[in-house]
Amino acid sequence: MKTVRKSIASAITTGVIATALSMNSFAVADGKVKLGILADMGGTYADICGKGCVTAAEMAIEDFGGKVLGNKIELVSADSQLKPDIASSIARKWVENEGVDTIGGLVSSAVSGAVSKVNVDNKKITLISGSASNTFTTKTCNPYNVHWTYNVVALANGTVKPMVESGKKNWFFITADYSFGHALESVASKVIKEKGGKVVGHVRAPLGTTDFSSYVLQAQASGADVVALANAGNDTVNALKAATEFGLTEQMDIAGLLVFTQNAQAMDPAVASGMRLTTGFYWDIDDKARDWSQRFEQRHGGIPSMIHAGVYSATTHYLNSVKAVGSDDSDKVIKHMKQTKPDDFFSRNAQLRADGRMVHDMLYVEIKKQSERKNKGDIYNVIKVIPGEEAYNPIQASCNFS
Amino acid sequence: MNDTKLNLILLAIALVAPTIFYPVFLAKILCFALFACAFNLLLGYAGLLSFGHAAFLGTGGYVTGYLMINTGLSPELAIILGMIAGGMLGAIFGKLAVKREGIYFAMVTLALAQLVFFFYLQAPFTNGEDGMQGVPRGAVFGLVDLTNNFAMYYFVLAIFILGYWLINRTVHSPFGQVLKAIRENEDRAISLGYEVNRYKWVAFIISAALASLAGSTKALVFNLASLTDVHWHMSGEVILMTLVGGVGTMLGPILGAGLVVTMQNYLSGGELGNYIHIIMGIVFVVCVLSFRSGIVGQFLKFKRNNF
Repeated sequence: MKTVRKSIASAITTGVIATALSMNSFAVADGKVKLGILADMGGTYADICGKGCVTAAEMAIEDFGGKVLGNKIELVSADSQLKPDIASSIARKWVENEGVDTIGGLVSSAVSGAVSKVNVDNKKITLISGSASNTFTTKTCNPYNVHWTYNVVALANGTVKPMVESGKKNWFFITADYSFGHALESVASKVIKEKGGKVVGHVRAPLGTTDFSSYVLQAQASGADVVALANAGNDTVNALKAATEFGLTEQMDIAGLLVFTQNAQAMDPAVASGMRLTTGFYWDIDDKARDWSQRFEQRHGGIPSMIHAGVYSATTHYLNSVKAVGSDDSDKVIKHMKQTKPDDFFSRNAQLRADGRMVHDMLYVEIKKQSERKNKGDIYNVIKVIPGEEAYNPIQASCNFS
Repeated sequence: MNDTKLNLILLAIALVAPTIFYPVFLAKILCFALFACAFNLLLGYAGLLSFGHAAFLGTGGYVTGYLMINTGLSPELAIILGMIAGGMLGAIFGKLAVKREGIYFAMVTLALAQLVFFFYLQAPFTNGEDGMQGVPRGAVFGLVDLTNNFAMYYFVLAIFILGYWLINRTVHSPFGQVLKAIRENEDRAISLGYEVNRYKWVAFIISAALASLAGSTKALVFNLASLTDVHWHMSGEVILMTLVGGVGTMLGPILGAGLVVTMQNYLSGGELGNYIHIIMGIVFVVCVLSFRSGIVGQFLKFKRNNF
């Protein structure tokens, strides 16, 4: 009896393993385009890329016509909770099991890094719109990374350089303690040193810190000319709040290295006005931008951040390329994406380089005083346009995937 | 129906399951099931509530991840070393914690686990919040390539069965009987001449080592070791899994882990994503209020009373 049972069991086992191995789920170009949007639905970055990123992708699909290659374009979205492990398991499920062709949105560099690893294993394109670290097109570059919107190099070149040149030599950093903050701090420090400035100290605060008082006190004690906030989202707002409470804003300049429109709106104009920063997009820059932003505002209930606009632009460029090559095969699509220039309300003088970096004109802006603001969304004065080649890092030979 | 038959049926289901469900998802369930079983060995059979088991899960993951990335060891060796590292950490934790009982025991383990969490947060090799990304899966014994999800699943299943068998063996051994005696009446166990602290300590080490085994395996499945696994939330989650499934039963933690992981998996994507913690909280409350011995525990009680 026992031997019978054993042989049955082993027969089942071999059979199952054989079928399982034969139906190995390799990603195939199936002609059905499915987009995944990973965003932060309830955390520190929810305002700058949460539901709004999903809305932006929906708009891109609708404006495209909703169909490509004869099939309806599908969209799925999920909350990354800003945790790399959650993001990577969702991404894995999407690309390996649910036929997702590309993943976009992607706020937080830690999340994007994890997702990009999953995607490259499965030969899927990663449309990074929300993350800042330059690692995706330098240290951890791969042929399927597409980095839209902005990066830390553009922020440092745009915001830090003019300040050091104007004589602010001593800098102190309050840095978000993960890949994005580290990258921003190191790139900005390099710019400062090149221009003859000095970094007198730095302190690292965990993502999602609410009480910045101890960090602000350290900044105060450092005797720097400028306190740079190498963080983003609500972290920037909270840090600025603490800085105001401790009177830091009266002693030193505060440089918000990454400020989104939502955060600029949330800051007290009395404190924030006059602060200069770099952004990839401002809704009020011209008619095309205004037109899209108004449509976005009607659906979302707020003006778009540069990430929202970036998601729309990246999604549109991806869909155009799928249509042009007549396939959702990642290799063909990415090749076409890099050959054609993206051109819409967001991308000005834009080009997707062979390393996956989307280079476009950046804006150097100043936060308006309360008295100058005509309405809630009227927050920036555009000082100048920074040409893409000036703003972004040059292409690295090891990342040239042409 | 006896236990052997039931186990065989479950094994058959486990073997066929990946043809229907996504193998990585099943592998995740198995990793958490092993983690919960290891935890249950301590809570269910020795009556010790550890609130720091995440430290072992995370240690296993980080050690295995580090070895896989930096040394090119084969996965089975990396997993074994991860398990040993967790077991050693468990030996230190256990030695300190078994000196206290009840709530103090739980607090000591929590405090120690928090120390470990901050160590991993600051240590450079873990990459802090980013997590240890891109852990390669490698090939078992240099032969079977684990990048294939099905191969990975069966590898995890084998590890799980091994761990489960070990726990089963421990529980039904004379050693396990002594643990139960300690759980029921510690003073009496002492009066019978047992050195209860030593028994508790050994149980703690076994539990910690198996929890690390689960963490090591999980790091391979997801190519990632991250702070989530060391955070105290994870220590809470494993308590939830064990209690919902049925503490002190062999199959309870498996069912609990399956339930919790499935809920997280299906709720995270949809509209209910924002309410996932509330829903899990409600499930927990209902469970504690209406069937205290968990799903499997309640079922066994029902069976005992009616058949």
